[in-house]
Amino acid sequence: MIKLLRILAALALIGVVVVLLLIFLPHHLTEPQEDLAADWTPEEGQGEYAMILGDCAGCHIGADGTPFAGGQPIDSPLGPIYASNITPDPEHGIGEFSLDDFRAVMYDGVDEEGHDLYPAMPYANYRKLSERDIRGLYHYFMEEVEPSSNEVTETSLMFPFNMRFGIRMWKWVALSDPGFEPPFGDEVENAEMLNRGAYLVEGPGHCGACHTPRNLIFAQKGFTAEDSEFLTGGVIDGWTAPDLRQEGTQPQDWDQVEMARFLATGRNAHAGVSGEMELVVQYSTQYWTENDLLATAAYLDEIGHDVARESDAEDDVPSLSEEETVTLLGDADPEMALGPRLYLDNCNACHFSDGRGAANVFPQLAGNATVTAPVPRGLVQTILEGAELPSTEAYPYKLRMPGFGWRLSDEEVAELATFVRNAWGNDAGAVTAADVAGIRSAIEDSPEGHGEAAD
Amino acid sequence: MARQDPKKDVVIVGLGWTGSILGMELSKEGVEILALERGEDRKTVPDFAYPNMIDELKYGIRYGTMQKPKNSTVTIRRTLDETALPYRHLGSFLPGDGVGGAGVHWNGHTWRPMENEFRLRSYVEENWGAEIIPEDMQIQDWGVTYEELEPHFDRFEWMAGISGQAGNVNGEMIEGGNPFEAPRSRGYPLPPLQQTADAEMFAEAARAMGLHPFPRPGANASEAYRNEYGMQLGPCNFCGFCERYGCINYSKGSPQTCVLDALKRKPNFQYKTNSEVLRVTLADDGKTATGVIYWDEEAGEEVFQPADIVILGAYSLHNVHLMLLSGIGQPYDPATGEGVTGRNYAYQMNGGTSMFFKDVDFNPFIGSGTVGMSIDDYAINQIDFGAEGFIGGSYITAGRANGQPIRGIALPSGTPGWGAEWKQGIGEWYGHSMSIGSHGSNMSYRDVYLDLDPTYTDKHGRPMMRMTFNWKDNDIRMTQFMKSKIEPVAESMNPDLMQSSYKGDGAMYDVRPYQTTHNVGGAPMGADPSTSAINRYLQSWDVHNVFVMGASAFPQNIQYNPTGAVGALAYWAAEAIRKDYMPNPRPLV
Ligand SMILES: Cc1cc2nc3c(=O)[nH]c(=O)nc-3n(C[C@H](O)[C@H](O)[C@H](O)COP(=O)(O)OP(=O)(O)OC[C@H]3O[C@@H](n4cnc5c(N)ncnc54)[C@H](O)[C@@H]3O)c2cc1C
Ligand code: SF4
Repeated sequence: MIKLLRILAALALIGVVVVLLLIFLPHHLTEPQEDLAADWTPEEGQGEYAMILGDCAGCHIGADGTPFAGGQPIDSPLGPIYASNITPDPEHGIGEFSLDDFRAVMYDGVDEEGHDLYPAMPYANYRKLSERDIRGLYHYFMEEVEPSSNEVTETSLMFPFNMRFGIRMWKWVALSDPGFEPPFGDEVENAEMLNRGAYLVEGPGHCGACHTPRNLIFAQKGFTAEDSEFLTGGVIDGWTAPDLRQEGTQPQDWDQVEMARFLATGRNAHAGVSGEMELVVQYSTQYWTENDLLATAAYLDEIGHDVARESDAEDDVPSLSEEETVTLLGDADPEMALGPRLYLDNCNACHFSDGRGAANVFPQLAGNATVTAPVPRGLVQTILEGAELPSTEAYPYKLRMPGFGWRLSDEEVAELATFVRNAWGNDAGAVTAADVAGIRSAIEDSPEGHGEAAD
Repeated sequence: MARQDPKKDVVIVGLGWTGSILGMELSKEGVEILALERGEDRKTVPDFAYPNMIDELKYGIRYGTMQKPKNSTVTIRRTLDETALPYRHLGSFLPGDGVGGAGVHWNGHTWRPMENEFRLRSYVEENWGAEIIPEDMQIQDWGVTYEELEPHFDRFEWMAGISGQAGNVNGEMIEGGNPFEAPRSRGYPLPPLQQTADAEMFAEAARAMGLHPFPRPGANASEAYRNEYGMQLGPCNFCGFCERYGCINYSKGSPQTCVLDALKRKPNFQYKTNSEVLRVTLADDGKTATGVIYWDEEAGEEVFQPADIVILGAYSLHNVHLMLLSGIGQPYDPATGEGVTGRNYAYQMNGGTSMFFKDVDFNPFIGSGTVGMSIDDYAINQIDFGAEGFIGGSYITAGRANGQPIRGIALPSGTPGWGAEWKQGIGEWYGHSMSIGSHGSNMSYRDVYLDLDPTYTDKHGRPMMRMTFNWKDNDIRMTQFMKSKIEPVAESMNPDLMQSSYKGDGAMYDVRPYQTTHNVGGAPMGADPSTSAINRYLQSWDVHNVFVMGASAFPQNIQYNPTGAVGALAYWAAEAIRKDYMPNPRPLV
């Protein structure tokens, strides 16, 4: 996020130079990707399903839970960016939008008055949506959603970031070509399924928005699997959004059914969902069809790299094998180091000395992407505050791990985190007390103030 | 003036085991349901979160999760000529309070009564004649058979994630299970827990004497589990803080782990906490209920909640109290033996033998609510009542349920309770003792019952409920019989010291030590409206839109812990309400 600040600052400066040009030049808007008859209407439920795939509900939900009423802040170091009201209310929502206006938002990040939208709205990925899904969405929001007169606080970032024309310039370089190209030809077995998976992941699922690393100007480093860095891990809210492609990462290690189950229920034989991904499961993937989940899993599997993840350059902590860890914990020598001792006292009851937890209930810590993430914020935040699985249709239980921040000092959390990052064959860098202190204060400062989950 | 809220189709009183099950099942009909729970909301995290729950002083001794007598209690007397006094300090039994009810802090022993327990009077009369039934004993048939309930036992066991070993599946006997159990349609959903050393020693000794030990069944998950509602359990870690505690580990079957998050997703289900139901309101002709009056703690006012169906799921004692306060069923009168509400209250007759072994280290900090081995060789269907001179039976069992340091350390009798000698005793015997217990039936009697207290009122100004209960010769003979069977097994294990504790002649009910929270009867079910308060579908005979869940339905106590039967009856009643009553509301019998 600091990086973002710097980049946007630089951008804004350049922006001042070309400001007039930018203000007066009209936007060039992307054309529909398919010629559909003017009276084309989506099948029943198609628009709603496109909304589910795009996870519109997660960001645009009203503070009181009114669907799509908007107003929830999306945290940014420049200040909160408020999600807009996307109900068909003519005054406060998008009721006055024409289909072309709507498409311009989705493809080009331009609203009906020609304002450039902040890229918190993932139009960089939605640019790959089919015209059918665009039309379905438009139909859904205009015809099926209840209007809400919720007036959303206007986003007002500090100068110069409130000069939206900076975004316009950014878009010239940060966006890829619009439209989706099916990457798999008929010669590939399963091409239809894999292409569906590719479409879901690249387009509506906008997985890359979090899981693809960003470059210096905060643009995603790739939008399709042809780009070698596509989906190789990013950062969201200070958490690592894990790499999905390198050998040894979870979607590559798990079988496809387990991957699909994870998206459908937020849990599987190995892991429980955490961080921002929890909201994705809660509002979106739990409602995907089984075929779409399996297509997604198959596609992720297909685009795996054969290269093992590079181990952390700063890692100076020796890694223990599973056997060594089990012996260390089982011996329970009173003289044992602080990290494993804290593990026995706080974690072992659920995650067990083999670090395997219990299928679908207690996540496995061995090989767990949150545990071994390059940026340890997710792990540390989970130790401090606990974490909760979302309630899903098939697995309704909001299983919640309690937080331990109230009883463990920064040093203790650091020791514990370092231990689990290097036990059972895990091999990740040490966490310091200063890291923990920083994460504690970052959590306190966050506007949502995470904390215990409200019901 | 009471506030009146919009009408609901169904009001459920209490959100413990039975309230949760009824909520889940009835919600499938699409009806609007409101559950009213008098206590706080409770969730595993934060309410039972590790490590704060592992506090024996707060929860084990000071009853942190239970009903507070200042808010709700009963008065107790032992005989008709005593004056009942309020049960001001919990001891003998520990009713629950708050979402989950006693299902939060139970141990989890989950049994099915034997086939003949459901038709006990008929069974005794057919085999020995009515003359062996003591004059003041009021045992009755339940009006429902084991066979009818079997699918519902199965539902409950698979919902609550019971670990155990079947002994009889559809008549096929299975090695290692209970050979005396009634046939079940399939095995338990989870394998038995791994046994503790005391249980293994007991089982070995019992086997050597030709007895038939089997793992006792219980709601502590031996493996990760997901039930029919999608709810989940994690494997029990043998924390030893089970009974009296909420499970820290999502491992004990409870309304929280097995029902509630699934139920909360239902748009037609709502629940309100801190809402104590004061009484059920009846229509002018007294034949139907119009709803309930409850105390809304937050608003600080009484509320009239109209409803078409009222489900009492408030725990046996409170169900009967609400019926007495609301005029549902004629109150029982011990002088005439007439009336049904309050009739046939019963309890549980237990005993035990402790053993001390200098050279055995039991690692007593490892324990789980229901880990252990049991025998049913002296069960109700194995005893010749005519020859032995009593009606009843027990299961006998050993296993480390309690791993807690304060109440969990047994000392040889005569050891002082404090000071240097106590310390020395602890040093010498900690980790070196085990016990074998008997858990037995308790019959119902003419002068053992529940009614409204003539003197004491509760904080809402309502008369408190009075319990008249004492031990009777029949049941004392039964427990003495168990002593004569357990002591030889214990002796065969060659302990250094051994001591027994079974009720003897003239034993009077003492409310101070904990015995069990298996308060049953008071609203017995049956086929005859003159001796039962509710019919075989748990429907009030008099007020047909009131259904009364819980162990209050038992006409006398079974030899087992009640909740297996309570759960099965809840599913059985729920099915009758859904399929038979809702389409055509009327007395079902
Ligand atoms: C310490 C202990 C150990 C036990 N161990 C076992 C065991 O191992 N095996 C076994 O079979 N059984 C055991 N039991 C018994 C078991 O817990 C009960 O049989 C079971 O919980 C009964 O279910 P219920 O729904 O009838 O009542 P509960 O689960 O107690 O639920 C009743 C609910 O109603 C609420 N309520 C009461 N009055 C009102 C009112 N007026 N208005 C609104 N709400 C009200 C209460 O607060 C409570 O939440 C144990 C009980 C205790 C206390
Ligand atoms: S013994 Fe097992 S089931 Fe009981 S509270 Fe402990 S972990 Fe939970």
